[in-house]
Order: sequence, then structure tokens, then C-alpha cells
Amino acid sequence: MNDSHVAQTSGVLPVLLPLAERMTRAALRERAMGSPTLRLDSSHGVALVVAFLCGCGITQAQSQAADPSIFTTLWKWTPLLARGFVFNLAISFMAMAIGTIAGLFLGFAQISLLPPVKKGAFFATHFFRNAPWLVLLFYCMFLLPFQVTVLGVTIPIPDWTKATLGLALPVMANVSEIVRGAIQSIPTTQWEAAASLAFNRRQALWMIIFPQCIKRMLPPWMNLYAILTMATVLASIVGVNEMMTLTQRALSAESRPGLLLAFYSYVLLWFFLYCYPIARWTVRLEARYAVNQ
Amino acid sequence: MPEANSEPIVALRDVHQSFGDVEVLKGVSFGVAKGGVVCIIGPSGSGKSTLLRCINGLVPIKSGSIRVADFEVHNLHTDQEKIALRKEVSMVFQQYNLFPHKTALENVMMAPIYVLKEDPKEVRERAIALLTKVGLAAKQDAYPGELSGGQQQRVAIARSLAMRPEVMLFDEVTAALDPETVKEVLNTIRELAREGMTCILVTHEMRFARELADEVLFTDGGTIVESGRPAELFDHPRKDRTRAFLSQIL
Repeated sequence: MNDSHVAQTSGVLPVLLPLAERMTRAALRERAMGSPTLRLDSSHGVALVVAFLCGCGITQAQSQAADPSIFTTLWKWTPLLARGFVFNLAISFMAMAIGTIAGLFLGFAQISLLPPVKKGAFFATHFFRNAPWLVLLFYCMFLLPFQVTVLGVTIPIPDWTKATLGLALPVMANVSEIVRGAIQSIPTTQWEAAASLAFNRRQALWMIIFPQCIKRMLPPWMNLYAILTMATVLASIVGVNEMMTLTQRALSAESRPGLLLAFYSYVLLWFFLYCYPIARWTVRLEARYAVNQ
Repeated sequence: MPEANSEPIVALRDVHQSFGDVEVLKGVSFGVAKGGVVCIIGPSGSGKSTLLRCINGLVPIKSGSIRVADFEVHNLHTDQEKIALRKEVSMVFQQYNLFPHKTALENVMMAPIYVLKEDPKEVRERAIALLTKVGLAAKQDAYPGELSGGQQQRVAIARSLAMRPEVMLFDEVTAALDPETVKEVLNTIRELAREGMTCILVTHEMRFARELADEVLFTDGGTIVESGRPAELFDHPRKDRTRAFLSQIL
């Protein structure tokens, strides 16, 4: 009953809500978020550009007269690095797609009325959510075979596929929590209203509860995506040819000391430029939905 | 006025209900004749809302029996049985509980289309007719967030009516409304009652109860303290507890 009261009044005058109610709502939102929120703002971008330019300056100062300028060097390697970056994005898309689909199932299992399903889903969610991403990545890299033979046909499993699966696991667990949190944030009175109109549980979930969840799920889901994109560079440790690996290759090919700072801050800038709009958009959506709920 | 000797459409016998150790209903019995209007009054926490929730099977009871039309509510176990019951008994809530992601018209249309599996075109016509009846034809495309409390509550009533129920339960439907909009909702209910809909209302609107009810039940502490025709109960309460309650609010 109390829930419904909060939900009914929340859209109207949030300022006048008692502190406890506001804190409850903030806590619920945090819970629904499922992962720490990226709070990127433009000052971070400025700091990055400054760091990048400083790096370039240092490299330039250390280089010999015969060396090409740092910008020429960076420009030379940019097509290769860009190819690596596209690979990072491809991994992030696929890991997100797989993780989201699996996470939806796991999230729904978490609110199942069958205790074994509910407990199993709870365990899986919290296991994969709290395991370090790198450990999951290593598990997938080294426990999955490099090829499988089905009915006499040998299908190779390339490294990047395994890396994608490894990254999809924590995504799945986080999506599962986002789904569970969003569903449980819908006032129970909505379930009651649906039940009193003779909807069964499945219909109520699909037609009434879940459609209301999508708005609430979008910001944390986008936030998760930005975090995943940054985590794709972990794949370099297991030898996938993504941007980070290629940067290392470029550095060893150049064999010039001092390029390190310039190159890595250059990579960082690429990721910032990609994630910053997502992070800003997430914050905007969050603010909009907080008012309109 | 219902016939005194007609078979009641809703009959409760010695209903007990508790949440954990707290006994909310301690043996409640009453009946409602078809087309009858029963108002339940009483202080907060006396189990009024729980009683309504028991009648449409939202809350299972501990002991006793509840019969609604042909359904033994206390014996419904499967979802199918409960759903069959809820097609007969519809409930309107204090907080309206409209589906916020659907327009007023869609709110009314959803259950008949997806639960009763009726023809959408026909349902649409009926839904528009119902919205017209509650005076909201012009608002059919508005979302609940764009409607006032009274308008939302009238949409909620139309939504319940769209299921063509035999019995309507109203759970303090005007408690969350401001005094001016209370009237528009009460008018809608009055019209329904006059058309012969069986209604059970939990309400704090004493004047309304006196005007419309065939029988008024005064509940306190999980039991029916006193019941009777509104004129008797309001003007000549027999029990001290009833007298004390009425003197507080009248």
C-alpha cells in the first residue's frame, strides 16, 4: 500500500517528498542501476586532451632530428588502430546482444514463483556479477576448446568469439539485476490491478509490468554498455587483435622510447569520444524518466 | 430494493484472515442480494479493504467460506479458477491503479481483448461507450498522467465495467480525491447502482452510503459490529462503538 502512495505522488512534487521517501527512491534507483554510473563530463575530455598534448610534447622533445614528428607517426598508425577500434566495437555489440538476451531470461527467472528457478537464477546472477571480468574472460579463453567437431564437421572457435562470450557473462548478470530491479520497482498495486482484471501472471508481466520497466531499464543498460565498451580492451591480454593489442604492436614496430604516453592517451581519447555521448545521453534519459515516472 | 428472500449473489460465512500473527478478519458473515448495494464503513485497520480483496480472491482466507455467484472463492486453487471468478467480480482501487503506459481507451480495452479474447473492434466500441457513460469520451487518448484524480478513477470504473462483471467492489474509491472531484465519481457509482449493478463499497462518504446503500455494515477490529438499513444504523445505532464512531465523523 505504501509503495503505491510513493509511486502516485512521486511524479508530482518530488521536492516536497519527505526525506525518507526520497532516500528510498534513490536507493531503489541505485539498486535498479546494477552497476556504478559513469559520470563523464566535458572537463574529463579537456583533461584528456591536455594529457594527450603533454604526451606528444614530451615525445617530441625526446625525439631525434631524423625522427618524423609525433603527429605524423600517430597519423601513420591511425588506420590500423581504427581497425582495432572497430573490432572493439564489434565485440562490445555482440557481447551486449548476447548478454542482454541471456540476462533477460535470467532476470525473469529471478522473479519466478518456483523456488529452485528463483534461487538458481539468483546464484548465477550474483556469481557472474561479482566475479572479476578478467577472470571470467580467462575462463572462457582457456576452458572453451579452440574448435568443436559436430557430426564430423570441425568448426573453429576463434579467440575473439571466446572473448565475446567471456565479456557477455558479466553483462548477462548485470542485465539480470537491471531487469529484476526494474520489475520490482513497479508498484505491487499494478500487479493487483492486473490480477483483479483477470490477467494471469504471465500476461500481467508481459503486457502491464514489463512495458513500464523498459523506460527504467534503458539508462542503466546504456551505462552498462559504456562500461562494457571500455572493458573490451581486456581482450588484448588474451591476445585478441583489438585496438590495445595493435597499439602495442605499433609501439614495438616504432621502437622509439617515449611514444608510450602519446599513443596510450591517443587510445584513451578514442574511447572517450565514443563513451562520452553515451554517458551524457544516459544522464539525460535518467533525469527525464525520474520526472515522468 | 432487493428482495429479502432472494438468493444472495455474494455470501460470506465466518471468514477469518490473518497476516502472520495479526488476525485481520475474525469471523465475518454477510450476504448481498443481486442488484443490492452494501456499504462497509469503519475505522482504518478494521479489515475493510482486506475483506474486499478476499471476495475477489486477491487474498486467500484462513477459514470460513465465500461464495460469489457460482464460485466457491475459498476453494479456488488454480489460476484458471481465480481468473474465471475475476471476470464476475471487478474491483476499483483507492489509488486508481490505471496502467500508466496505456491511454484511457487502451486501459479500458485491454482486459476484454486479452483476457476475454473478444473482437477488438467490438471491444473498442464498447470501451468508447463506457468512457462516454463516465463522461470522458473526449479524454480517450489521454494517458493517466494527464488526467485528474477524479477522471482517472472514472476511467478505472469504466475499465472494470468493460469486463461486464456481476459484482463491483469499490475500495475507498474517493479517499484519494479532492472534494470537488468526489462528486463526479460518486455520480458514476450512483448511476451504476440504479442500473442494478451489485455493488460492495468500502467508503467514508456517509451521506452517500445513507442515500444509496440497501445495507450498511459497520466493522471494527475485524468483525462486523453492527449492520442494518442506513436509516437505522445512522440514526439509531444500537452499539456504543458504532455511536462513538459515527459521532466522530458526522
